[in-house]
Amino acid sequence: MKFVDEFRQRSQTESLARLIAEAATRDYTFMEVCGGHTSAIHRFGIPSLLPDRVRLLSGPGCPVCVTSADYIDRLIALASLRDVTVALFGDLMRVPGTLLSPAAAVAEGADLRVVLSAHEALQMARSDPRRKIVFSGVGFETTAPGTAVTVMQADSEGRDNFYVLSAHKLMPPAMEAILKDGTRIDGFICPGHVAVITGASAFDFIPERYGLACVVTGFEPADLLMSVLMLIRQVNSSSPSVETEYSRAVSREGNQRAQAYLTEVFEPCDVQWRGLGHIALSGLRLRDRYRRFDAGAAFTVSLPESIRASACICGEILRGVRTPPECALYASQCTPEHPEGACMVSEEGACNSWFKYRHDE
Amino acid sequence: MCLSLPARIISIEGDMGQVSVGGVIFQAGLQMVEGVRVGDYVLLHAGFAIEKMKEEEAMETLRLLKEMEDAINGSDGDEVC
Repeated sequence: MKFVDEFRQRSQTESLARLIAEAATRDYTFMEVCGGHTSAIHRFGIPSLLPDRVRLLSGPGCPVCVTSADYIDRLIALASLRDVTVALFGDLMRVPGTLLSPAAAVAEGADLRVVLSAHEALQMARSDPRRKIVFSGVGFETTAPGTAVTVMQADSEGRDNFYVLSAHKLMPPAMEAILKDGTRIDGFICPGHVAVITGASAFDFIPERYGLACVVTGFEPADLLMSVLMLIRQVNSSSPSVETEYSRAVSREGNQRAQAYLTEVFEPCDVQWRGLGHIALSGLRLRDRYRRFDAGAAFTVSLPESIRASACICGEILRGVRTPPECALYASQCTPEHPEGACMVSEEGACNSWFKYRHDE
Repeated sequence: MCLSLPARIISIEGDMGQVSVGGVIFQAGLQMVEGVRVGDYVLLHAGFAIEKMKEEEAMETLRLLKEMEDAINGSDGDEVC
C-alpha cells in the first residue's frame, strides 16, 4: 500500500536500530500519547529493537480508555429510552460502565448500534425520522472535526432527530497534566494524527515550558524508530524542540479547514478523564448555537450510583506511572475476552497491546 | 480508533468520495480537504479525509532514511552528507 509499505523495510529498521544503539549514551524514557502508536509499537516489536536504556511508556492517548464510566452509563441510559438509538464506534461496545458495558446492555434490550462515522449516524436519522439518533462523539482532535461537519450538516437540513453526546477531548492539555502530575520522561512521541489537525505547533509549549524533546511521529516501523533516534539526539544535544518526522501528513499549522469546523461547532470545557481525573479546558462541548443537538441537554436520564470497587490500575497505566504486568489483574482476571479495565478493551489500550504482543515476556 | 490510513480517491460526488484502502472501498467526507482529485491520496479517519498526503515530503523522508542506511552500511566511501 502506497505511503505505508515504503516505511516498513527491514533494511531501514536494521540501520535505525544500529544508529539508536550508538546514540544511546544514557537512560531515556519517552512517552507515546496516541493509541495508534501504542498499538503499532507493540505490533511491530519496536521495544525489542531498542537497547535496554531506551524505555517507551504509553500515555493517555487511547480515547476509549480515557472515557469515563459515567459517559458509558449515560450512553446506555439513553439507548434504553423507548424511541432512542445510540450510534457508537465499535471500540466502545465492551468498555465497562458502572454496571454494564454497551454490549451487555444490548443483550438487555438497549438500542446501541455500531457505526464507522458520524455521517453514518446522520444517515440513520434521515432514514428513520421517527427515531431519535444519538451519536457518541468520542475521540481527540483527529475525530472531532468529523462530528463538527456532521452537526453542521444536520443543522443546515433542519434535522430534529439527530443528537451528539460529546466526549471529545483535546490532547495537549492532557500531556501538560501528566507533566504537572510529575511523570518523569525525557520526551514525547507526539501523536501524528492529532497533529494532522492541530499542526505540530500545538506542542511548542512542551520544549518551551518543560524543556522536553518532542517529535511528531508516523505509524510505521521506520517512522517510530526514526523518531526515537531524533528524540535521543535532541536529549543528547540538550536542544529540545518540536520536530516533525511525519511530514508526509503533518504541517506546522495543521489542517485549517478542520480547525475552522471545530471552532464553529465546539468550545473547550472542563472534563473528567478516566485515570487522570479532572482537566481544565480539555474537553469539547457544543456551542450555544448548536446546543439543540446536545443529547446531554435534550434528554433526562437517571444513572447508576454505585462505584465499581476494583484492583484495576488503568489510571496509573494511563499516566505512565506503571506498566500492565504490574497490575494484579493483568492476564488473570483481566483479559481481552473478559476485560476489567478500559485499557484491556480497546485495540489501542496499553494492556490489550501488551497482552497480544508481549505476553510471553 | 486513532487509526487513519492512506486512501486513494476513486470517485467524487459533491463533498463525498469513494476511496480505496488497499482495495477495500469506503465512503469519505471530503469537506476538510481542499481541491482534491480522483487519484489523490488522502488520510482516511472515521469516515472523513482529514488531510491530503504529501508525496514530496514522503520522498524526502525516504531519502533521509536511505542516507542513514548508506551511512551505517557504507564504509566504502559512499557519498554521505
